[in-house]
Amino acid sequence: MSNSVRAIYRASLIFGLLFLLAVSSSAQDWIRTGTGLGVERVRLAAADFKGSNSDAKNPELLKTFNDVLWNDLDNAGIFDLVSKSFYPLQEPGQPSEVNFSVWSTPPPNTSMLAFGNLGVASGKVTVQGWLYDVKNTASPQVLGKQYADNATSEAVRVIAHRFADEIIFRLGGGIAGIAETKIYFVSERTGHKEIWVMDYDGANQQPLTKLGGISLSPRISPDGSRLAFSSVTKNGWEIMMYSFDLNRVVSFPRFGGMNLSPSWSPDGKLAISSSRNGYPNIFVMDGSGGNSHRLTNDQGPDVSPTWNRKTGSQIAFVSGRTGLPQIYTMESDGTNVQRMTDQGYAVSPNWAPNGQFLTFSWMRKYGPGEPGSNDLYLMDIASKQWVQLTHDSGRNDFPCWSPDGRHIVFQSHRSGGDQIWSMLADGSNVKQLTFKGSNTQPNWSWK
Amino acid sequence: MRIKKLSLQRSGLAISLGALMLLGACGKKVAPPPPPAPPPEAPAPTASLSATPNAVDPGQPVILAWQTTGATDVSIDSIGPVDPSGQKQVTPTDSTTYHLIAKGAGGSQEATARVTVNSNQGMQSTSNATEEQLFAQNVKDVYFDYDKYDIRASDQGSLQADAQFLQQHSNIRITIEGHSDERGSTEYNLALGTNRADAVKNALVQAGISGSRIKTISYGKEKPFCSVSNETCWQQNRRGHFVYEK
Repeated sequence: MSNSVRAIYRASLIFGLLFLLAVSSSAQDWIRTGTGLGVERVRLAAADFKGSNSDAKNPELLKTFNDVLWNDLDNAGIFDLVSKSFYPLQEPGQPSEVNFSVWSTPPPNTSMLAFGNLGVASGKVTVQGWLYDVKNTASPQVLGKQYADNATSEAVRVIAHRFADEIIFRLGGGIAGIAETKIYFVSERTGHKEIWVMDYDGANQQPLTKLGGISLSPRISPDGSRLAFSSVTKNGWEIMMYSFDLNRVVSFPRFGGMNLSPSWSPDGKLAISSSRNGYPNIFVMDGSGGNSHRLTNDQGPDVSPTWNRKTGSQIAFVSGRTGLPQIYTMESDGTNVQRMTDQGYAVSPNWAPNGQFLTFSWMRKYGPGEPGSNDLYLMDIASKQWVQLTHDSGRNDFPCWSPDGRHIVFQSHRSGGDQIWSMLADGSNVKQLTFKGSNTQPNWSWK
Repeated sequence: MRIKKLSLQRSGLAISLGALMLLGACGKKVAPPPPPAPPPEAPAPTASLSATPNAVDPGQPVILAWQTTGATDVSIDSIGPVDPSGQKQVTPTDSTTYHLIAKGAGGSQEATARVTVNSNQGMQSTSNATEEQLFAQNVKDVYFDYDKYDIRASDQGSLQADAQFLQQHSNIRITIEGHSDERGSTEYNLALGTNRADAVKNALVQAGISGSRIKTISYGKEKPFCSVSNETCWQQNRRGHFVYEK
């Protein structure tokens, strides 16, 4: 009995190992390093930074810095963060204060230690931060950084994001962290649907547009210099363009009919849904609206295009050509249309940065008499195999990948109204980012 | 031994969990879920609606009476949800077409009853009424089935009446707004609303109205007429809405 049980366990272990090998040989970066279950995470301790002098402003800025740094490292999804309750009473503020054996053995038992100090002097803040491999006593320093800026909580927040991203880059397989990225979204908190922006963690929520009408579907350009969205004008829905160089809406061609749901290719072209010729179809054009031409030609409606963010050679979109909306892919010249979903109500596709996955919103069973749970899914494009990311949590829509491919931001009705949430790309570590008013259609910056 | 077994079991479990989560990546085949079983055959609902009398003076009562079978969700436009069978007294001030929808597991059925309100006062107010008021009284919105943008056979009559009114008032310009119910994606519903508005426009053009008098716009689910989450309300929101343009 015992032997047969052991044999089964051994077989399952071997299968698991073979499986992990298969995964790592196909080298999906977010799987290998990030959300990959069964992959050992780096054990990291992040000691609270200490004051380097006795300025009265230090405690407030230290609290901001330590909270933001901890939150960034926790959000990264690649660390086994050692709980602060395991830390020794004497936490280091600089290299000479590190007691290697205390950190590298239980209770902290950590591999890596982040520590440092912060001090304010004549309105300026200086932050020194280190990352140590505490099990390598001969040559422990992985990272040493110094930052200086105005002594404000906004500046300290940015410094903490930068230091977190340095650590994540070093320990996360060379993939840039996302702590300095932005999320664009639609908020109705002023009474109108306007385009807003916030930090990736929900901090610093600010309006970009004050058009007073209905603005939807914000999409930031790959270089971060422009934001395309759609808005109701006197003559219907048109694509609008916001310039971050000029900090205002700039002119963009008006096409007539309904123009909706812009999407940027990695080299700066746009795909939109336009009904200028009758039914809503997918059009592509250059980033200034020139050289526009139609890719699909059916009663559709065709809407919500998303480019393959890695290659720019394919576009996924939603079409109601057979009835309920389904997800399709095609080459960026409109050929080789492939239906990806086989049933239900599938909308809002977003292409992963690695080019291999789509995430989208799907009511797999939908129609009269069906309860219709509206969940997010992840699909491997080559095989059309999918996994469900959200479960039993209200209506979820508009998923969008983070630039590191480890996170997904989305809108969810789970708290009673529509709000923006983020999660790791395996569906774990779900966090609410917005709370005021109704907030929808999040779009993550490319870097 | 027991501890070792347990930890082996746990790691085996963790790895298979990992395998489950990563299925999308390695292309391991999982049988697709079976197609949903066809729902059991349910009899199609029946519905009838009558108005007595069918011609009155303004302020005179009219008895609406209706009967349905096989329906779980019955509603009458301008009244709202009603019992499967029943009657109700109404006092229309203008000629009105009462429209009943009965929905059940076997589909949906509709019935209409027309009440003509005739009076000298009516004639007078008609001659004094502005064109915009006449438009509001006479031009009826068009309603759509769920996720559909074709004009229902039952709506052809009211659409022809709309066309007739527009033919008689040839200087009126209109905007047709396409609307959807609250379910589903913002973007897809805007596209669907575009097709609905276009379907209404195309029907009017076929009935002889010049396309240059008609603008269309979709509001998708952005401007609902009714904000309750039930089929009666959703039906109210799936419409082509006529707006008078000066």
